Amino acid sequence: MGRVIQLAVVGFLSAGLTDDVAANEFVHIPGGDFRSVIPEAEGDNLVTVADFAAQETPVTNAEFLRFVMHHPQWQRGRAVSLFVDDQYLSTWAGPISLGPESGPQQPVTQVSWFAANAYCESQNARLPSWYEWEYLAAANDSMADARVLPEWRQHILSWYSQAGGDRMADVRSGSANYYHVFDTHGLVWEWVDDFNAFMVTGDNREQGGADQLQFCGAGAITMEEKENYAVLMRVAMLSALEARYTTRNLGFRCAKQAQTRP
Amino acid sequence: MNIRKWLAGGTLCTALILLLLNLSTAQSSDENSLPPNSVYQLQVSIEDQFGEITGLDRYRGNPVLITMFYTSCPHVCPMLISTIKLTESRLSADERAKLRVLTISIDPQRDTPEKLRETSERHHVDSMRWSMARSQPGDLRSIAGVFGIRYKQLADGEFNHSTLIILLDRDGTPLASTEQLSRIDAEFLQAIESSL
Repeated sequence: MGRVIQLAVVGFLSAGLTDDVAANEFVHIPGGDFRSVIPEAEGDNLVTVADFAAQETPVTNAEFLRFVMHHPQWQRGRAVSLFVDDQYLSTWAGPISLGPESGPQQPVTQVSWFAANAYCESQNARLPSWYEWEYLAAANDSMADARVLPEWRQHILSWYSQAGGDRMADVRSGSANYYHVFDTHGLVWEWVDDFNAFMVTGDNREQGGADQLQFCGAGAITMEEKENYAVLMRVAMLSALEARYTTRNLGFRCAKQAQTRP
Repeated sequence: MNIRKWLAGGTLCTALILLLLNLSTAQSSDENSLPPNSVYQLQVSIEDQFGEITGLDRYRGNPVLITMFYTSCPHVCPMLISTIKLTESRLSADERAKLRVLTISIDPQRDTPEKLRETSERHHVDSMRWSMARSQPGDLRSIAGVFGIRYKQLADGEFNHSTLIILLDRDGTPLASTEQLSRIDAEFLQAIESSL
């Protein structure tokens, strides 16, 4: 009897999985030059992004559930504390069940950089670099770089100023941007591959002081494009994270090298 | 069904299950015996100044000082190396013999084994217990991730990076760290002494 029930549960789970996991395709993103908030060198914030491919939406709970079913070492309770903090996947009902708080089409959150990285590797992909993510997120629905528009900046900012606590929306709730990519703003914050490249020192006024010695090379970099508060907030947040941290609003999407187009 | 056949089948089945269980424990026993915060759980490969390729755990069994650097760094990295040497100089010869040092380059493109060997010779480090190594670009972010080290390549090829020196115990669990350069961090030295 026990065995029959178990089989039925497994059957239900796998049926649920195939139904729930909508394909999160990789979209071709033509590269180009753009001005980053994080200049590569003092006064030179022009960055060249090569063609790449990015997932249409952040990775969903259903997608991540399928991943941990195949990679049990990433299940809650099994993933080692070197790679995840104690809130890892804490919104899920159990190690391999989502439960009522976590809809299959909601973006997965409470995932560490290591877990996100392992997920993307399992898809033969990687996390996007900061420049790739920033480039994607500069677009609105009709322009590749809408950051010059004050109303667009205001629109993005209004999301950040909303109080949390509402149930998180499903992916694709908003409209696609210029690249046919969803949810760069308004849903979750996203891990990037080089999140630990940000070294925003606590106090930039202390020029040449003891703090300067924390960094080899050219010292801490100043941020530019200060009117892009929304993006700068992301930088500030990423710069405060360790690779094993997880938060309620932090998810990710994968990227990969651009396929050669026919 | 013949009851004897059934029993035999059952026994075989149990034996198989036991065998499988055994296999899976054998496979993971090495990892399981590592403490949950041991950085040696990270599966990456590093290549030292002699071209030898090992895991991050090449010095497992000894306390290790770890830092990340790059050899063409003009100011701070030589200070990182001299700070480690200065700190080591306060240990007795016996203590020093037990301590290992691993400096990992964040610039694998330029820091070839030859370049790393040249640097280790220039600084007169004891290559029996001191490795200068590089890793794959894809693994470097993970290595930096487990140590909480931040680095960024700049347009001119130089790097910004944190100047953290970390002490690991025999099994790779971080015990202490310091950001003090060119002088001895007394607390850090004490942590090293008590780890030996």
